Amino acid sequence: MSGAAAGWLQVGLLVVALAVVHKPLGDWTARVFTSPAHWRAEKLVYRAVGVDPGSDQRWPVYLRSVLAVSVVGVLLLYLLQRVQGLLPLDNGMAPVEPSSAWNTAVSFVTNTNWQGYAGESTMGHLVQMAGLAVQNFVSAAVGLAVLAALVRGFVRQGTDRLGNAWVDITRSITRLLLPLAVVATVVMVLGGVVQNLHSGTDVTTLAGGSQFVPGGPVASQEAIKELGTNGGGFFNANSAHPFEGPTAWVSLFQVFLLLVIPFSLPRTFGRMVGDRKQGFAILGVMATLATISLTLMTVFQARAGGAATQLAGGALEGQEVRFGGPLSSLFATATTLTSTGAINTQHDSLTPLGGMVALFNMMLGEVAPGGVGSGLYGMLVLAVVAVFVAGLMVGRTPEYLGKKLGRREMTLASLYILTTPTIVLVGTAVAIGTAAGRAGMLNDGPHGLTEVLYAFTSAGNNNGSAFGGLSADTTFYNTALGLAMALGRFVPIVLVVALAGRLAEQGRTPVTAGTFPTHRPLFAGLLTAVVLVVVGLTYFPVLALGPLAEGLS
Amino acid sequence: MTAPVLDRAPAERPQARPTIEWRPALTGAVAKLDPRGLVRQPVVFTVWVGSVFSTVLAVLHPSVFGWSIAVWLWLTVLFANVAEAVAEGRGKAQAASLRNARTTTVAVLEDGREVPAADLVPGDRVVVVAGQVIPGDGDVVEGIASVDESAITGESAPVIRESGGDRCAVTGGTTVLSDRVVVQITSKPGETFVDRMIALVEGASRQKTPNETALNILLSSLTIVFVLAVVTLQPFAVYSGAGQSTTVLIALIVCLIPTTIGALLSAIGIAGMDRLVQRNVLAMSGRAVEAAGDVGTLLLDKTGTITLGNRQAASFRPVGDATEAEVAQGAVLASLADETPEGRSVVVLGGGAVPRPDGATFVEFTAQTRMSGVDLPGGRQLRKGAAAAVQAWVRSLDGPVPPDVAPLVAEVAEAGGTPLLLASAGPDGARVLGVIELKDVVKPGMRERFDELRRMGIRTVMITGDNEATARAIAAEAGVDDVLAEATPEDKLALIAKEQSGGRLVAMTGDGTNDAPALAQADVGVAMNTGTSAAKEAGNMVDLDSDPTKLIEIVAIGKQLLITRGSLTTFSIANDLAKYFAILPAMFAPAFPGLDALNVMRLSSPESAILSAVVFNALIIIALVPLALRGVRYRPGSASAMLQRNLLVYGLGGVVLPFVGIKLIDLLVSLIPGIA
Repeated sequence: MSGAAAGWLQVGLLVVALAVVHKPLGDWTARVFTSPAHWRAEKLVYRAVGVDPGSDQRWPVYLRSVLAVSVVGVLLLYLLQRVQGLLPLDNGMAPVEPSSAWNTAVSFVTNTNWQGYAGESTMGHLVQMAGLAVQNFVSAAVGLAVLAALVRGFVRQGTDRLGNAWVDITRSITRLLLPLAVVATVVMVLGGVVQNLHSGTDVTTLAGGSQFVPGGPVASQEAIKELGTNGGGFFNANSAHPFEGPTAWVSLFQVFLLLVIPFSLPRTFGRMVGDRKQGFAILGVMATLATISLTLMTVFQARAGGAATQLAGGALEGQEVRFGGPLSSLFATATTLTSTGAINTQHDSLTPLGGMVALFNMMLGEVAPGGVGSGLYGMLVLAVVAVFVAGLMVGRTPEYLGKKLGRREMTLASLYILTTPTIVLVGTAVAIGTAAGRAGMLNDGPHGLTEVLYAFTSAGNNNGSAFGGLSADTTFYNTALGLAMALGRFVPIVLVVALAGRLAEQGRTPVTAGTFPTHRPLFAGLLTAVVLVVVGLTYFPVLALGPLAEGLS
Repeated sequence: MTAPVLDRAPAERPQARPTIEWRPALTGAVAKLDPRGLVRQPVVFTVWVGSVFSTVLAVLHPSVFGWSIAVWLWLTVLFANVAEAVAEGRGKAQAASLRNARTTTVAVLEDGREVPAADLVPGDRVVVVAGQVIPGDGDVVEGIASVDESAITGESAPVIRESGGDRCAVTGGTTVLSDRVVVQITSKPGETFVDRMIALVEGASRQKTPNETALNILLSSLTIVFVLAVVTLQPFAVYSGAGQSTTVLIALIVCLIPTTIGALLSAIGIAGMDRLVQRNVLAMSGRAVEAAGDVGTLLLDKTGTITLGNRQAASFRPVGDATEAEVAQGAVLASLADETPEGRSVVVLGGGAVPRPDGATFVEFTAQTRMSGVDLPGGRQLRKGAAAAVQAWVRSLDGPVPPDVAPLVAEVAEAGGTPLLLASAGPDGARVLGVIELKDVVKPGMRERFDELRRMGIRTVMITGDNEATARAIAAEAGVDDVLAEATPEDKLALIAKEQSGGRLVAMTGDGTNDAPALAQADVGVAMNTGTSAAKEAGNMVDLDSDPTKLIEIVAIGKQLLITRGSLTTFSIANDLAKYFAILPAMFAPAFPGLDALNVMRLSSPESAILSAVVFNALIIIALVPLALRGVRYRPGSASAMLQRNLLVYGLGGVVLPFVGIKLIDLLVSLIPGIA
């Protein structure tokens, strides 16, 4: 089978699988957030944490709970890394250096999973399992909880209560992430992903040389790495490592895992607001953006210039050559569209325009479909902006799902769309403008600029993938990117929960013929355009100097 | 048989296309360059700061390009101010004439003392006689007078104002034409109706409306994003060996921030109020105008709004052995002296007036007899009136009442009409001739308007004192969605509260004191100028023409205001695409020749490209001033249809137009030495 045909088959298989799974999974997730009954295991958790699962929280309380989970998470993870030498299962690893420990702690708690370190030579098994893997679950659950709060804001009327953050976080893990992760782990172990607690083995190769074969609880971490759109690999090479991504099937399965929850959530949203078409419209927008992105990525990768490249049938340097170019393009697109950041391809080696697509995917704000929970809440905020402008054009004070978009709603939504560009642009400018920032750049010219831009875009949007040409394990980058990740995660969360509180306080305007319909293709098209235009206009200048200057020369 | 229309429907006021007074607007615009005032408009203020910087740079490093940019940036600010000044200018002339009405009055108190009108306080009683100007707002507590209200309403026909009832309110600044009245003042000094009108039309008391504020917040955040994108661009450019001059960066910022909508935003708001004023409606707050666009339920009084003021004869129904011609002839004779609109309509329906028979005596209607008619020479008597009264009359003369009378009367009543019985008595005895059916006549075109409102998602509810059956019949004929029959003021209030609790905004009109609570509760309460002070105080709009049908127009104006804002915002943002394609290659193609591929307009030189974008950005503001003042075309229809059309025109148009415009300007600009 030709590479291109195999590529189409993979994409087709993926789409069918997602189409089949998103309905039951989306419906189930809606039940997770609406069911009144608590499981016994969950009650134990509530008792241990000391919270009353029956209390309905006001938005500031909900927000404090979500932030508390995250802050405690950062502190614990930092501590764990700093003292790993004193603990069992350290595999002989030294304590992690402070700036790197801070960076990694923030990175995993914010669902970014940017890795300034190389996993196999830095983290012992205990940190991997009790620290990183735990945060893989918790950070995803926090995203889901914030989404649940926002959706309740749309659903509820005349109340200041948004639900219970502890319940939402706990249930996201017990009812959604953990069961799915167990299934995924089994599938991956069957597919050849390593799962043990060995420190690794020294073996003598056939040629007589000696080689170190690492081991570890890889498959279990791999499952939640993709499911929770985390992306932090057990090994430095991430899913390109043969123990993380042994076969094409597993690679494709990983792409499925990282897309499955984000693409199911619009269904959950539609269920919860009582109009599945609303969810379908959002799903349509996400799918359209993803399709455009994958098409461009595939074309740019396949049509790369240069005689050798054309002979090879596309750019292959740094690609997952075991499985072919199309799967590399698919993985690279999926991982940047979902805030995962796992890789089976070195993104630095993508063609300039292909790299720009990966960059642009993240710049969209990780909304197509984005991270677990965070993707949909980001998209809903953009929908608020789109409805505001377009709603005026039908001669009404704009309203979305029956909620009026007034001064306070628009203040929160405006600040939201302002946050990430500020972090990315200011961060990149500081790095480019200072010696400490330029010191990490291994390339000069437009490509060097793109590497730094990519790093801050990835951190600010909580993606976690990187252009390898930047030596980011320096005090400057560890600190700056850590800040970018923290701000890029928590400022939006504060704004979203506040917006949810505002929306819940309102009554609901009934739908009439004069209401701007938000479940039709017209609105989906409009929202797609707004996402593209808002992002495009913000980043066009810097893209012109980076990948465009490199790709058009 | 269809009813002839006697009263003409109120003619649509011809909308004079307002002319724009550019010259005073220009002086006003220059005065508005004061940054203290501009801070309220963040987008324009940003351009102002850019203009100051670029001017300083042009002085320090003079060049044709630097000065051209500086001049055009100042023009951008100036054009934005012109837009606002033009909008405000329209109200100024109106305010001036209102001031004249206000300042020249001296009041005579009941005890004969004379005090300046400005010193009157609520509770003072003043005497106004023919020829005098009423010194302040108040209620007539004694007497009756005809009043010329043209100073306020523009309507020259005088109106009657009398003590007691719903026609007691008078407005300061209007003139008593006849008789003498005592007026009890109700307004505080400086807060009279005229004072408020002046403040409104001048725009002095204009506060930003909720939606305008929300839009301003979005525009401000877009401004910040673009300022940030350009400011951070410089380190990237320096790193790339393509550092830019501050002038170019300022030009880029100004082109990217939403200057078009930022410049026109307040003009759109003022113009929206002004459109209401032109239709003789005074909105007491801009909030009410916006709310009008959101209205979900319209409460309309039946009489005068949906139906013509009076009932009219619709058919003659013979009973017994009478013929229709007989009934018609009898009805005409009986109604010859009846000067009520109902009576005249009977004559018209019966074929027109006939000469009054000599020696006929006409019998007037009285509350006791509840009949009117005529006694003809020769002893023949004709009577028409309430069914019960006429039947009693026939029976008293020993005449028969045929069995089909009662069902026919019931039938007419059930269909929403009023049955009048016609009977004759003479030497050959008394007998019932037939039934005259009086019907409410729905104003022509109302059904179409209600259909239109339904398409816009607005529910119409007819309010009437009639009984349920009558009300339903008229409602069905007029095509309203619902009725509130036998309505008391409490019912109205309850209905409004019910609609509002369902999330709908409610608009209504009213004039009586008992309407006041409902007017206050409604989101858009339009008080009739002929109404009581209490009603006018309670509503948030006053219709000087006292035309309740205008509520529909008010809704349209509210919608148009919001549509104009949304369309120009979309246009403004869509424009940015072309500006990027003009400016970015101009900035960076020298360092990265590959980027010249983005120069799709093939502009002649970097300087000319940047200047052309700036010039286009400025000119588009002035070009759109008339549109901002007039409002974008509003055609009632479903939300989807409207959105589709506006997206096409202002979204797609906004993308395409600047490509053409900038290219054309570039062809001119490139002729300037030092630019090309």
